[in-house]
Amino acid sequence: MSNDPTHQFLVNKIVPIEIGGIDFSFTNASLFMVATVGAAAGFLYLTTSQRGLVPTRLQSVSEMSYEFIASMLREGAGNGGMKFFPMVFSLFMFILTANLLGMFPYFFTITSQIIVTFALALFVIGTVLFYGFYKHGFGFLKLFVPHGVPGVLLPLVVSIEIISFLSRPISLSVRLFANMLAGHITLKVFAGFVTSLSALGALGIGGAILPLIMTVAITGLEFLVCFLQAYVFAVLTCMYLNDAVHPGSH
Amino acid sequence: MFVTAAYAQQSTTTEGAEAHDAAAAGEVHTETGVAHEGEAGSGVFPPFDSTHFASQLLWLAITFGLFYLLMSKVIIPRIGGILETRHDRIAQDLDEASRLKGEADAAIASYEQELATAKAKGHQIADGAREAAKSKAVADRNAVEADLSKKIAAAEDRIADIKTKALADVGAIAEETATAVVKQLIGGTVTKAEIVAAVKASGN
Repeated sequence: MSNDPTHQFLVNKIVPIEIGGIDFSFTNASLFMVATVGAAAGFLYLTTSQRGLVPTRLQSVSEMSYEFIASMLREGAGNGGMKFFPMVFSLFMFILTANLLGMFPYFFTITSQIIVTFALALFVIGTVLFYGFYKHGFGFLKLFVPHGVPGVLLPLVVSIEIISFLSRPISLSVRLFANMLAGHITLKVFAGFVTSLSALGALGIGGAILPLIMTVAITGLEFLVCFLQAYVFAVLTCMYLNDAVHPGSH
Repeated sequence: MFVTAAYAQQSTTTEGAEAHDAAAAGEVHTETGVAHEGEAGSGVFPPFDSTHFASQLLWLAITFGLFYLLMSKVIIPRIGGILETRHDRIAQDLDEASRLKGEADAAIASYEQELATAKAKGHQIADGAREAAKSKAVADRNAVEADLSKKIAAAEDRIADIKTKALADVGAIAEETATAVVKQLIGGTVTKAEIVAAVKASGN
């Protein structure tokens, strides 16, 4: 294992696959995508298989995540947004499980890959655009024209709105990606201090206590960040979907 | 003092460690993480390495698509069903509870109604008995009083009778006495008519 903090983000081919000259290899990232889906779906499936009227602890975890996302979406996008519930729920559970799996040592964190988070963000924005135009036609463009803005300021405000809309997929994906990447690099760097310091003898072992405490503390913080970033992604998805369901309501 | 000392120690040892580490790692790994000729096949920061983008996208689409399908077809209907069943069951139980409460309330109301009726009846009976007793007492008293007054009247009659008789006798006795007295005193005789007139005049 290398001491290099970015080594953990390297993508390695496991099963080389090439279709039409493009590399579609099954990599360690692909493996952990499969693991994420398996873990999340397996957990939700197995914990709810009893269909208990009085839930067990694990069943109530599944029910709580369901109700958590349902109330988040209802508050964010109203009852009209509930048709997107499977999408928001899938996104939240996928990102949360991927983040948490990444906390295991030697596990690959798929949400630390910009292309993965960007694809998820584009999926959200694509859904917003598609549904917005499908449902409201060109009325969807009212989204960029806020109410009660004087005519003189309108071009400026509309251009700001458009820029803010276009920056959404970037901010949505970079937020998740950067949080996971930075967290894992920080952990790795502090943990690396511990090993390299303690290799220096008694004095080094004494000096390694501080980075060790930091590593433990940052691990706790990282678990919080894992949940928080999945939550933020889901909340923002709900907000953006609200624009598709009710354009011109803000 | 201890903390600052420890910090100083750590910073010096850290620098030492990094130098040592860099020397040990040699030319294969650099601390900046830029060059990884042997591992990544390109010199970019791994998350931005575009050689695997196509594969990442494909596998993300496959896995997330599958996940989405599983969620929307299996998991969400199932959890939704569980929650709805529970919700229905709770609503049903609440309905049942309110129905039972209604029944209990009705039972209490009918009980109180019966209690009130019984109380009223009891009062009525008590009142009736009291009235009857009272009227009987009044009647008895009236009868006794009537009897007594009749006896009093009879007694008074007799007294009056005796009195008149006595008074009548008093006139005769007075006449005789007067005749005798006059005879003794004056030695003459007085006619009966004179004596009767004198007795009468004496205010008898």
